[in-house]
Amino acid sequence: MATTDQELAYDTKIEGDVVVTKLDAAVNWLRTNSMWPMPMGLACCAIELMATASSRFDISRFGAEVMRFSPRQSDCMIVAGTVTYKMAPVVRRIYDQMAAPKWVIAMGACASSGGMYRSYATLQGVDRIVPVDVYISGCPPRPEALLDGLMKLQAKVKREHSAAKLLSA
Amino acid sequence: MTTDVDLATAVRQQFPSVTPRDSLDCPAFNVPAADILPVLRHLRDQHGFDILTDATAIDWTAAKSPRFTVVWHLYSSPGHRYVRLAADCASDAEPSMPSASGLWAGANWLEREIYDMFGIRFDGHPDLRRILMWEGYPYFPLRKEFPLAGLPTPLPDADIAAETKAGLIAAPMAGGPFVAKPGRPMSEAEPRAKDEAWNEHRPKPE
Repeated sequence: MATTDQELAYDTKIEGDVVVTKLDAAVNWLRTNSMWPMPMGLACCAIELMATASSRFDISRFGAEVMRFSPRQSDCMIVAGTVTYKMAPVVRRIYDQMAAPKWVIAMGACASSGGMYRSYATLQGVDRIVPVDVYISGCPPRPEALLDGLMKLQAKVKREHSAAKLLSA
Repeated sequence: MTTDVDLATAVRQQFPSVTPRDSLDCPAFNVPAADILPVLRHLRDQHGFDILTDATAIDWTAAKSPRFTVVWHLYSSPGHRYVRLAADCASDAEPSMPSASGLWAGANWLEREIYDMFGIRFDGHPDLRRILMWEGYPYFPLRKEFPLAGLPTPLPDADIAAETKAGLIAAPMAGGPFVAKPGRPMSEAEPRAKDEAWNEHRPKPE
């Protein structure tokens, strides 16, 4: 690696001579550790989501602290709360507006299954309108549970065949 | 309680059509629908009932006539007292009631909610649209014939419905609704199914 700018160049003294990896591993590593959430806070689960983001639980330890309120800039939609049928098309439209690759966490009983709202007004699980990667139980789940769900999602993303998808796209 | 008796006397002196209504707490009156706006205005202007705390409705089931009753709760901030008024809707098929939105601005959304849930139209309402369910929802969910679980309906957004193939379903009741019974030992007060006459395993009896 001969370049004129030594500051920005690849430093063989630190990094070693050659790094061999799989493209899948490299891409997944990048995706896993800066997963920007789209906070779809619809009910009380959103309070726990906010607690997860703040200092005591600190979701930034997992690289997911950059809550984006624009779907164009986010990777992981966290559906935190009760999805009414009136809101359901909005959730789906925001999901559609997110750029691939994108994932969905159904946080709490309501988002996972409708929860205690066995009612005419409540969507019986957000998986009826968007593909869900991780379900988190709880009403609402504690921040630790959300962090565990995020780690589960990260483990899942690490197993994805990203390179094949990228190259075929 | 003397003030309550005075209120009843004063109101009935002004409006002979008003009759007392059974009540466990505040004074309550039955009012004919035609007189409801003058009575509300009289209570607001002459008796200090300056706040409309709630307006709601009752569905007495399709077997009863009159089927729908609209209920108003008024509060007097100078007198710190409440009064309840009830008026039956003349028509069971197309119930309607005069709008109180000209007397209290807050009646606007309360009446929209009554319209949304019961289908009672308010004559003279400036903007009578659904407020909780979306425009185009075909049912009135708090009517007695409407099941808590809901009825199959398309999603409000046609292209999302086409893309997701999802729609409103009758929610699985799973033995519910679950209701906590008060006044029991804690071990028996846990929420449990109150009425399992019909659920997803047993069809609703006609």
